[in-house]
Amino acid sequence: MSNANFTRRGLLKSSAVAGAGLAMPTIFTGAAWSFTNEPTAGTVTLGFNVPQTGPYADEGMDELRAYQLAVEHLNGEGDGGMLSTFSSKALDGAGILGNKVAFVTGDTQTKSDAARASAKSMIEKDGAIMISGGSSSGVAVAVQGLCQEAGIIFMAGLTHSNDTTGKDKKANGFRHFFNAYMSGAALAPVLEKAYGKDRKAYHLTADYTWGWTQQESIQKATEAIGWQTVNNVMTPLASTDFSSYITPVLQSGADVLILNHYGGNMVNSLTQAVQFGLRDKMVNGKQFEIVVPLYSELMAKGAGKNIEGVFGSTNWSWKLQDEGTKAFVKSFGTKYGFPPSNAAQTCYAQTLLYADAVSRAKSFNPCAVVEALQGDSSSLPGIDSAANKGFLFDGLGNGQTLYRAADHQCFKDVLVMKGKENPENEYDALEIVEVTPVKQVWYEPDNPMFAGGNLGECNPGA
Amino acid sequence: MMDAILLQILNGLDKGSAYALIALGLTLIFGTLGVVNFAHGALFMIGAFCAVTLQRILSLSFDVIDPTQTDFLGNPKKIHTTYLESWLGPDIGNAILDWSVPLAIIFAIPVMILIGFAMERGLIRHFYKRPHADQILVTFGLAIVLQEIVKYFYGANPIPTPAPSAFRGSFDFGAIFGFDPNVIIYPYWRMVYFGFAAVIIAAVFAFLRFTTFGMVVRAGMADRETVGLLGIDIDKRFTLMFGLAAAVAGIAGVMYTPINSPNYHMGMDFLVLSFVVVVVGGMGSLPGAVAAGFLLGILESFASMNEIKSIIPGIDQIIIYLIAIVILLTRPRGLMGRKGVMEE
Repeated sequence: MSNANFTRRGLLKSSAVAGAGLAMPTIFTGAAWSFTNEPTAGTVTLGFNVPQTGPYADEGMDELRAYQLAVEHLNGEGDGGMLSTFSSKALDGAGILGNKVAFVTGDTQTKSDAARASAKSMIEKDGAIMISGGSSSGVAVAVQGLCQEAGIIFMAGLTHSNDTTGKDKKANGFRHFFNAYMSGAALAPVLEKAYGKDRKAYHLTADYTWGWTQQESIQKATEAIGWQTVNNVMTPLASTDFSSYITPVLQSGADVLILNHYGGNMVNSLTQAVQFGLRDKMVNGKQFEIVVPLYSELMAKGAGKNIEGVFGSTNWSWKLQDEGTKAFVKSFGTKYGFPPSNAAQTCYAQTLLYADAVSRAKSFNPCAVVEALQGDSSSLPGIDSAANKGFLFDGLGNGQTLYRAADHQCFKDVLVMKGKENPENEYDALEIVEVTPVKQVWYEPDNPMFAGGNLGECNPGA
Repeated sequence: MMDAILLQILNGLDKGSAYALIALGLTLIFGTLGVVNFAHGALFMIGAFCAVTLQRILSLSFDVIDPTQTDFLGNPKKIHTTYLESWLGPDIGNAILDWSVPLAIIFAIPVMILIGFAMERGLIRHFYKRPHADQILVTFGLAIVLQEIVKYFYGANPIPTPAPSAFRGSFDFGAIFGFDPNVIIYPYWRMVYFGFAAVIIAAVFAFLRFTTFGMVVRAGMADRETVGLLGIDIDKRFTLMFGLAAAVAGIAGVMYTPINSPNYHMGMDFLVLSFVVVVVGGMGSLPGAVAAGFLLGILESFASMNEIKSIIPGIDQIIIYLIAIVILLTRPRGLMGRKGVMEE
């Protein structure tokens, strides 16, 4: 994979712009400079890079549905969805800055190299000015790095690893989705209330960036409420039969099994843990329990009855009752006939947030967009922190949300979910246990789990 | 420690059963037709999707609009009722649905034999005289086409296909052998799978051993030309064997669905390992394939024990290939390989 043609030019241009940025007030850097893929002929092209083949293809399809809906709404078609509930009123349904929105799609295949190749092709051949998508943290980190070099804005889709806005964060990259740390912080108090302080946890962890940060986060959070960690076993991402990893759990003396698995891994490991009767056992005088830190509606469907009563967390749920959610579920449900997943919601929100930032900045220049998304130093109420600054918005389904300027991570309430005992239909597999307030999942940008990265300078490319 | 060892042997048995069943079919095809069939894993996967299909057919339903309830958009709710339930009453209807996986065997056998015939007559037949590399390429390509077709119709996510409720849950083996309770547990369905595999393997061997048809096929495997000269249409019999091998792979897939929810990729996951099994067992040797299937299944289970992983990290991911290297270095024809197979 060669991207030498970006890097040489990109480096020259970005150092030139960085120099210029230092030399003059930022107001002049907005529209005055050329940048990669400047829209022409009244059309702006967005690139949606999702897994259309491979194990996360169903997630990818749902993301794509949301992107299509967002583009329709931006162009003034359909019922407008969350455009009417969004607190920022810069979008008018006439495209972005008067340009009609078009889009191209790429197939990440859930592989980093394929994802980079498809993003590169959308940028170079199709003239995409913004890339959004991903359904795996490995892919998101790889594509974010590519967009930074190319001078393109990257609006991350479904990516939950701490690293995306931690050690691998980039100035051109933004994440609306929550992360592993937030899952741990939201779940721990619920787990304490349900299962008590005296528990011994055994972790099975998918052996890649997301699994590692997920495990670290949930281990720290559960140890803080007094739980012990008996063991953490890494399982290869390609595993399908987890029986030989599950059977030692009962001999370990653990009374909780935490599955840091996603996708097909999660469906298989959970199904097999239930088959081996783990949830029917009493250990240390307590009922044995299973926890799945990151839930997805599509995975819940795959696991069927096995998830009943199992706790996990999500970024959003179609069952929320705020105006934004209701508007989104209505337009999505009417168009496609079923409710959207939380991956769909984050992708829809990211597209609107990008379009809104361009409209507020009155420029497609990535550096102007970065500045608009970093906001006007508004803060979330009730959180006393120097880092509590960024772009504050509401009405996109998650309540009041801050795009934090320091690391381009969104801060908002997190949902703790539970597998529903008697689901009414296949979309009803999860129920909301608690909406964890953002204050409880807040962390400082220098938190050790996120340390080591640097946003660097925005890169307008060209 | 003893309990852990016993447990991993049990764990290895069901995985080994699946390896053995797939490897058995592979060896049958290789021994009779001389074709290295990389699409065999896809047959296992299609078998599993026969179970999904039957489950879908049995759950076909009609909608009744219930104006007293509303769906997620606030429209009147549609209540699904399966045809089975409305024809046979809820008790029998639900019982049939509950047993859909075992019932799918009856459904899968004719479907798999047909698919096997179509594959052999339509495509693979044209590659008998071609080099093994061509056969591998064409069957591998076919496997990719088949799995993409399945993904198009069934999506990429695993589809839950539970065992009949009588076989859910697990059995406490330890209690029988005097260990502490809850230490050695084993799901009922995995025991069923092991028993099922044993019956199928025995049946295939008996068929080849004790029937005239089997005798002719075995003679053909040993010396195709001479059997042909005796006036026997060996090609026709070999086509039937291809159908049989497809059926064995298919019902192995059907019965595997409650262990792992099927997805379109499951065939590929098993295929590579099954080839290692065939090579370790010895190309063309049916008992070798079965023995190597169980051996590798059990060793793979042992390798994922924490005690062993703490000595050699990552051993669980490479053990199968490591064993293959050792066996091929010490016994180049595999455990029970015959002289002259694939050596011309």
